[in-house]
Amino acid sequence: MRLIFELSKEGKEGFFVKNEDGEIRLPEELIRQEIDELPEVSEREVVSHYLRLSVMNYSVDWGFYPLGSCTMKYNPKVNELVASLFTDAHPLLPEELVQGYLRIFKELEEVLCEITGLDAFTLSPSAGAHGEFAGITIIKNYLEAKGENREVVLIPDSAHGTNPASSALAGYKAVEIPSDEHGRIDLEKFKEALSDRVAALMITNPNTLGIFESNIRKIADLLHEKGAFLYMDGANMNAFLGKVKVSDLGVDVMHLNLHKTFSTPHGGGGPGSGPVGVVKTLEPHLPGPRLVEEKGKLRWVQGEGRIRSFYGNFLVLVKALAYIRELGGRGLKEVAELAVLNANYLRAKLSKKYRISYETPTLHEFVLTDDTFRDKVSTLDVAKRLLDYGLHPPTIYFPLIVHGALMIEPTETESKETLDEFVNAMLKIAEEAETNPELLHEAPHVTPVRRLDEVGAARNPILRYIKPE
Amino acid sequence: MSRYIPLTQRDKEEMLREIGVSSIDDLFSSIPENLRFDGELQIEAIPEEAELIEYFKKLDSLNRYRDKKIFLGAGAYNHYVPYAVDYLSMRSEFLTPYTPYQPEVSQGTLAATFEYQTYISALTGLEVANASMYEGATATAEAALMALRIKKGKIAIAKSLHPQYREVIDTYLQKQGIEIVDIGYAADGRVNPVEVESKIDDDTSAFIVGYPNFFGVVEDLKTIYEKIKEKRVLLITSTWEILSLALLIPPGEAGAEIAVGEAQSFGLPLAYGGPYLGFFATTRKHVWKMPGRLVGMTKDVDGKTGFVLTLSAREQHIRRQRATSNICSNEAWCAIRVAIYLSLLGRKGLRKLAILNHKRAVKAASLLEKAGFKLKFSSPFFNEFVVDVGRDSRKFRDSLIEKGFVAGYPLADDYPELKTGLLLTFTEMNSMEDIERLVKEMEELR
Amino acid sequence: MILDELYYTKSHEWVKVEGEKATIGITDFAQSELQDIVYVELPEVGKHINKGEILCSIDSVKSSAEVYAPVSGEIVEVNEKLSSEPELINKDPYGEGWIVVIKLSNTDEISELLSAKEYQEMIEGEK
Repeated sequence: MRLIFELSKEGKEGFFVKNEDGEIRLPEELIRQEIDELPEVSEREVVSHYLRLSVMNYSVDWGFYPLGSCTMKYNPKVNELVASLFTDAHPLLPEELVQGYLRIFKELEEVLCEITGLDAFTLSPSAGAHGEFAGITIIKNYLEAKGENREVVLIPDSAHGTNPASSALAGYKAVEIPSDEHGRIDLEKFKEALSDRVAALMITNPNTLGIFESNIRKIADLLHEKGAFLYMDGANMNAFLGKVKVSDLGVDVMHLNLHKTFSTPHGGGGPGSGPVGVVKTLEPHLPGPRLVEEKGKLRWVQGEGRIRSFYGNFLVLVKALAYIRELGGRGLKEVAELAVLNANYLRAKLSKKYRISYETPTLHEFVLTDDTFRDKVSTLDVAKRLLDYGLHPPTIYFPLIVHGALMIEPTETESKETLDEFVNAMLKIAEEAETNPELLHEAPHVTPVRRLDEVGAARNPILRYIKPE
Repeated sequence: MSRYIPLTQRDKEEMLREIGVSSIDDLFSSIPENLRFDGELQIEAIPEEAELIEYFKKLDSLNRYRDKKIFLGAGAYNHYVPYAVDYLSMRSEFLTPYTPYQPEVSQGTLAATFEYQTYISALTGLEVANASMYEGATATAEAALMALRIKKGKIAIAKSLHPQYREVIDTYLQKQGIEIVDIGYAADGRVNPVEVESKIDDDTSAFIVGYPNFFGVVEDLKTIYEKIKEKRVLLITSTWEILSLALLIPPGEAGAEIAVGEAQSFGLPLAYGGPYLGFFATTRKHVWKMPGRLVGMTKDVDGKTGFVLTLSAREQHIRRQRATSNICSNEAWCAIRVAIYLSLLGRKGLRKLAILNHKRAVKAASLLEKAGFKLKFSSPFFNEFVVDVGRDSRKFRDSLIEKGFVAGYPLADDYPELKTGLLLTFTEMNSMEDIERLVKEMEELR
Repeated sequence: MILDELYYTKSHEWVKVEGEKATIGITDFAQSELQDIVYVELPEVGKHINKGEILCSIDSVKSSAEVYAPVSGEIVEVNEKLSSEPELINKDPYGEGWIVVIKLSNTDEISELLSAKEYQEMIEGEK
């Protein structure tokens, strides 16, 4: 595989830029040399190069991605067309010239309130983790304004790593609450940990095991009694669309992941968007800027603090709005229903050969353990072997409370044929683990590259291209 | 069923039978009845594609900026995006994959990101760059947090740092209880050397400066570095017009140990503020304290070169609350666009573009000076500078809008002491013709 | 593997006491749990540390762990070799993979450590 730098040859040009006349008003000592590392390649070669790189990628447009808690659903193409209408506005244009853009923010905020039952949203967080930081900070600001200095956020042991990381960033200490034998937050242990020092509990619902936290209302009430708040990580919202209103659960703050539930493309790791919704009491503490409407005109005003420049990942927001408007209320409910159907179908079929982590019913995702194959192969081996079947593996080794976890979330945008294909591959692999484990240990065999030396990459990191002497 | 759901009625029935339930409702029985929502979400559907587009076009018709000549910068820049950037980045294989946690099927994303890291390293003059942060302001806040991991202490911040970036740093640092020290600017628009001497001491962890700063002024980084290096203070630069780094001395060469900023100028549309792209670079020595993903080069079992996410133990999914950052999703797709953009412009093209931007701004400055306007600051600039319009620049700017020009960002709200200052920006997208007309209008208004 | 002449802690550190100095590392059990170690964040020489505080971090490809100070005192030596060869901890956890040497400020703390036998029993229990 060659990098673009290796295609460089002096004298080639990839884009015409004219030579401007006139003076340079910079003293010599402030001007740098031309940048050596920048290549000289023609457009033709640039296109060929990136095309060749692209075909080495698996993508959700290509195939199935049963990644638990990632909701890798199909990315509608019309959303790209809608986004293309809105690419040329500078964020500092005076509001009277961009009422269309502001109207889009307002509409998205309104539909997200309708979907969740919460009272207000900020659309500025650029990812789920960013939203978590914003949400926990909102709670902190509220408490500080009341003169309270709590230090702890409670987090279940099944939580995503961003939960404790975001709490720490917001200045809190994360205290772990264990799960019970049914895969839910241990209510007794929660009660023990709940004190006046607790600012909030961060809950994911359904949780990362795909299980509905049925005690959530009780947990919310207990938290509220102590003057604390319930934060919900909305990564698994796909199961709730039109079926549950988050506000009915007693949730005070939550973030949504537009790049999960609301179909915006993952882009190989981003951009995402993590809007944060709150109940009325917390609204004054939303970070800025905030939109206000006066006589039919929208404008920006200050919020409490700021978590990024400008207003948010606008193009991601508009794609999510297009998705929500196309589907409408009924379409969104259908999404949740079929996401849960697909997941339960896979669970039913796979439970014949694999062990499901908990007996408890699951919604849109479920977790397998490595109990049935651990003595022969590892979860990693199973995942790598799936690549040979042309399928992307599920999330592996998460949540941490399940040994050798395989977290499976098919989403609603997969056909029964694809689900059956996945089941067949998993059954074949279970067999291969028995009869020919080496095949799995050495997998993958047919991908553009095979297993990579990650230890070497970490011990002697090569993080950029260096031209050979 | 919606066009995005590939299931038939028959499929549904077969699947329900396999599961052993009679209806989909049964699958939701684990949700207590009192917590279920049995109504309908009040959101009207627009299933017809043509109508959906119409709906958004109607929203767009409320916008009124496209007939105006625009001269705005201050953190986002109007540069031309070569069509090939869209053409390539919009490929399904770049736009729709997940994060490259299974590297064997993600070499496209990983290799392009490795190229991006190389570009940022070259532009900043620092050895290591990460795979992106959300945008320039959070990248700057994360730089401050990283500096504190290297050396505890106060954070000194130039008052000429982008005001929005400063707000974000305040929001992030307040939660950590960190003391912030303001360093003012001098009459020439650069950081005040007296304040640098007196307010930055051995208990200071880092000094953050805009490069160029919010007034468009190019700081003399080497001199700043000389003043603070004995006190073991980290120099951090924040650059929101990354094109400037194609012409100016790179921060790493001048003594900066962390260089961050906004890479939107390299192939990302203005898009009313996002998605943008925060770049982040530092020295090799500090790599384990860096936030964000890193792509490394390695070999596979057959000896083939390949790329993989590495040094992951720094990140949230492993270190959890001890992570270098909480960041998970970043701006990966935007980074690929930046790599494509820089590959097309190349060594000579980028240099020419930077020079073009600068020269155009210089010509604009000359015309303005001839028309009787004074530049507020005498220091060198790249492609933006502050002009003194003699009265409240907000009103001045508003009058220009009526003439069809959105010219400049008035400083009044952020720097009340500079309320007659108007920050004007010039790029290759502002023709000399438009610039001449702008100057004429400004002259008439004065 | 456990060496009889060493002391141990519940958090899998070993301690070799020589006069007023204690050499500290992590046990064979700990290194095998972490798997291939890629980075050790060594503390600074001269730093004073209290028993139970975090001495340093050890990272592998897929996990990260903290090393806790089994005793209090001043850090007088750190194993610089670990910067370029972190894998020494995997290869030779009780020998070349030593991490720091602390000059004891409170020799009474030695009696609070586990003996080889007690440590053996503890990890057997964990299995």
